[in-house]
Amino acid sequence: MRDVAIIGVGETAFGELWDYSFRDLGIEAGLKAIQDAKVTAEEIDAVYVGNMSAGKFIDQEHVSALVADYAGLADMHLPTVRVEGGGACGAVALLQGRMAIASGMHDVVVVGGAEKMTDVGEVQAAEILSSTADQEWESVFGATFAGLYAMMARRHMHEFGTTREHMGAVAVKNHKNGALNPVAQFQKEITLETVLQAPWVAEPLGLFDCAPLSDGAAAIVLCAMDQARRYTDAPIRIAGSGQASDFLALHDRRDLTTMDATVVAGKRAFAEAKVEPRDIQVAEVHDNFTITEILAIEDLKFVEKGKGGPATVDGVTALNGKVSVNTSGGLKARGQPVGATGVAQAVEIVRQLRGEAGKRQVVGARRGLTHTLGGTGATAVVHIFERGA
Amino acid sequence: MSAGIVTYGGYVPRYRIRPKEIGAVWGADGEAMGRGLNIKAKSVPGPDEDVITISVEAARAAMAKVDLDPTNIGAIYVGSESHPYAVKPTATVVAEAISAAPVMTAADFEFACKAGTAAMQTCMGLTLSKMYKYGMAIGSDTSQGAPGDALEYSASAGGAAFVIGTDRMIATIDHTVSYTTDTPDFWRREGQRYPSHGGRFTGEPAYFKHVVSCAQLLFKRAGTTAEDYDYVVFHQPNGKFPVRAGKQLGFKDGQMDTGLLVRDIGNTYSGAIMLGLCAILDEAEAGDRIFAMGYGSGAGSDGFDLTVTDEIRKIRRDGRSIQDMVKDTAFIDYATYAKYRGKIAMKEAAA
Amino acid sequence: MAIPRFWREIPSRYNLIGTKCGSCGQVDFPPREVCPECGRRSIGKMQRFRLKGAGQVVTYTVIHDAPAQFEMQKPYVIAIIETDEGVRLTAQVIDVAPDEVKIGMRVQAVFRKLGQEGSAGVIHYGYKFRPATETGPIRRP
Repeated sequence: MRDVAIIGVGETAFGELWDYSFRDLGIEAGLKAIQDAKVTAEEIDAVYVGNMSAGKFIDQEHVSALVADYAGLADMHLPTVRVEGGGACGAVALLQGRMAIASGMHDVVVVGGAEKMTDVGEVQAAEILSSTADQEWESVFGATFAGLYAMMARRHMHEFGTTREHMGAVAVKNHKNGALNPVAQFQKEITLETVLQAPWVAEPLGLFDCAPLSDGAAAIVLCAMDQARRYTDAPIRIAGSGQASDFLALHDRRDLTTMDATVVAGKRAFAEAKVEPRDIQVAEVHDNFTITEILAIEDLKFVEKGKGGPATVDGVTALNGKVSVNTSGGLKARGQPVGATGVAQAVEIVRQLRGEAGKRQVVGARRGLTHTLGGTGATAVVHIFERGA
Repeated sequence: MSAGIVTYGGYVPRYRIRPKEIGAVWGADGEAMGRGLNIKAKSVPGPDEDVITISVEAARAAMAKVDLDPTNIGAIYVGSESHPYAVKPTATVVAEAISAAPVMTAADFEFACKAGTAAMQTCMGLTLSKMYKYGMAIGSDTSQGAPGDALEYSASAGGAAFVIGTDRMIATIDHTVSYTTDTPDFWRREGQRYPSHGGRFTGEPAYFKHVVSCAQLLFKRAGTTAEDYDYVVFHQPNGKFPVRAGKQLGFKDGQMDTGLLVRDIGNTYSGAIMLGLCAILDEAEAGDRIFAMGYGSGAGSDGFDLTVTDEIRKIRRDGRSIQDMVKDTAFIDYATYAKYRGKIAMKEAAA
Repeated sequence: MAIPRFWREIPSRYNLIGTKCGSCGQVDFPPREVCPECGRRSIGKMQRFRLKGAGQVVTYTVIHDAPAQFEMQKPYVIAIIETDEGVRLTAQVIDVAPDEVKIGMRVQAVFRKLGQEGSAGVIHYGYKFRPATETGPIRRP
């Protein structure tokens, strides 16, 4: 299996982008990545697009062909693939693109992720997000997406004494990081008080415990490692990847306070990369809700199970702490256009490893990790990146 | 041979609203209205309850008291004037929910407040003729009163289910008599949200004429007088009519008390007399005699003379009694009541 | 809209019909064709099994931001309930104030309206749970 490198990245701003259509978003990110990689249209072998729900948000399926078309690649007749995996689809697309090159089938692949969530009303958007839960045995009874994560939070509070203040600390940290990120949806810091006094969404999660609805797109150009130096002096190698699935419905999981899919995906990625959690300096983890980041840092073994809340309060995961988590602002402050998330997380890690992260640079970042979830944890993908040889 | 009640079950929703709350909104002295009707509170169905859910809960409560193979129930009839569908019977949902389906017959009945007792008589016929081993008769309503109308103080929600058969009876129905005329005292036209009524016309020419006439027929048929009975229960549109009818027929307060649920839960329409009978069966003993006289506007009365048997000692008494349900209360204000009862004009849901 | 989709689940939604594995005895709800424990060994051996409807709350939330068709009920309680047969499922907990719901409280299944497809559409019914009541003789001796 060949080594695969990232030779170019690009992204749009994230937020409520009223003037941008889905097509506009996909194209902008893709073209930026292609220009960053300095590849030509003729050199691209395939396009992978992570998108969760264009069918429901904008009534459009078959978005892989659409994105390639509007990027000016239609007459190259490339193979295009749309990847779905709940909120993990961007990260799954990245793994699919990696596998295509690692297998020898392709040499240069563009992986993009895009989602246009604000063309429908908020109530409908929330319902669409909920479609990654179990429709027949969770959603039909009124369990919302936030409600399912709230139940994990309640159980975590019951078993480990996690508090709303612990969860709020995640939001405060991520907004602080987001304020240093020019593409983040929210660029203002917030206080713990704001988080604690926000209206309830699903107890114990309030408005500020939840990532926003966002539009946005991100793209990455992958290349076989042994050809990467043709395009860039700073190729970033994908050192390890792991993907895992689990029971779809939250009530069927082995342990409500552990995402087994994250644990397994993490183990697989660390094993392939031949490193351990302490070798990671910077990580983008899935924080669609504050509790999710707490679970992630525990399940990836950055901290002990049950200690995710106190670790956040103690600054273990702060910018330039023991491991800098969600320097981009995370889903919480950077935004979570669902299909784009996994790719946007990788873009942030690439910037960090290249030393291009400006005010939010993690000093001495050599190895980074992305963690992306689908649904309430029925899919998890972990990628580990390092500066190329 | 007689037919009778093999098992019984009831259900009353827990929400309540007081007459005072209702009166305050419409500029009336609600407390006085309540006193006038002898009603302290009425039951209100929650937003996730309707005649179908109430009928299922009542039917399940009945089945829980005995070991009865539900596939031996050959017929299920649900009487109501507030079925959730105008077309698609409540009875089929009950049939699935108690696992009686599919080899059986079913239909819904309507005869204002006596639709349930009509179903009982039908089941008697089916089982006495040996067409089916058992039949289930349900009377259940979530009746509505027009905002500000007198009926808004009394129209409430509840239901009861009886399994009727000719063996394992806990109470035999020794006699049943009916009295039916075309009398327009209370009605609702197809498509209308709320019923209409003839005001004071609903008294003497309607309720009293049918209840008293039918009762006298029943006394004659059974060769009895009021003193022969341990319990009496009438249809109870309010707490005054049944008491007056009872006195007129020679019954005493002590005989009437157990079955007179209207004072605490209002008029549950098709459920009323059957819930009252359930409350009596919760405490009756072998040998007790019960006089039950229903009434439905339009108009008619179905009367029953029952004798409780030894078999009543064998049925399971776990689960909530009717009194447990009457006492399990959550009081709400008029705004919440209006919201639950669909009296607020909501926006059309977006596609 | 989705008439057959809801109709198909009636046995499970009305009567809590699941499956019991003929190989290892594990009970699953909703019904499964294949036991997650036994895999292939269980094919053809899954038996219909009805849950009694008694259980306890494992975790819960109070939903304030509700989908359109749950507007009437909010705020409402959603819980993960573990039944006495060891099965876990997700359902509303009703007939109790949200702040009185506790992890570990005993609950019993009841039959309620789950929703409807507009005022002209089909009504969907199924299970919700209410606090379990003390059981005992109805009549005082």
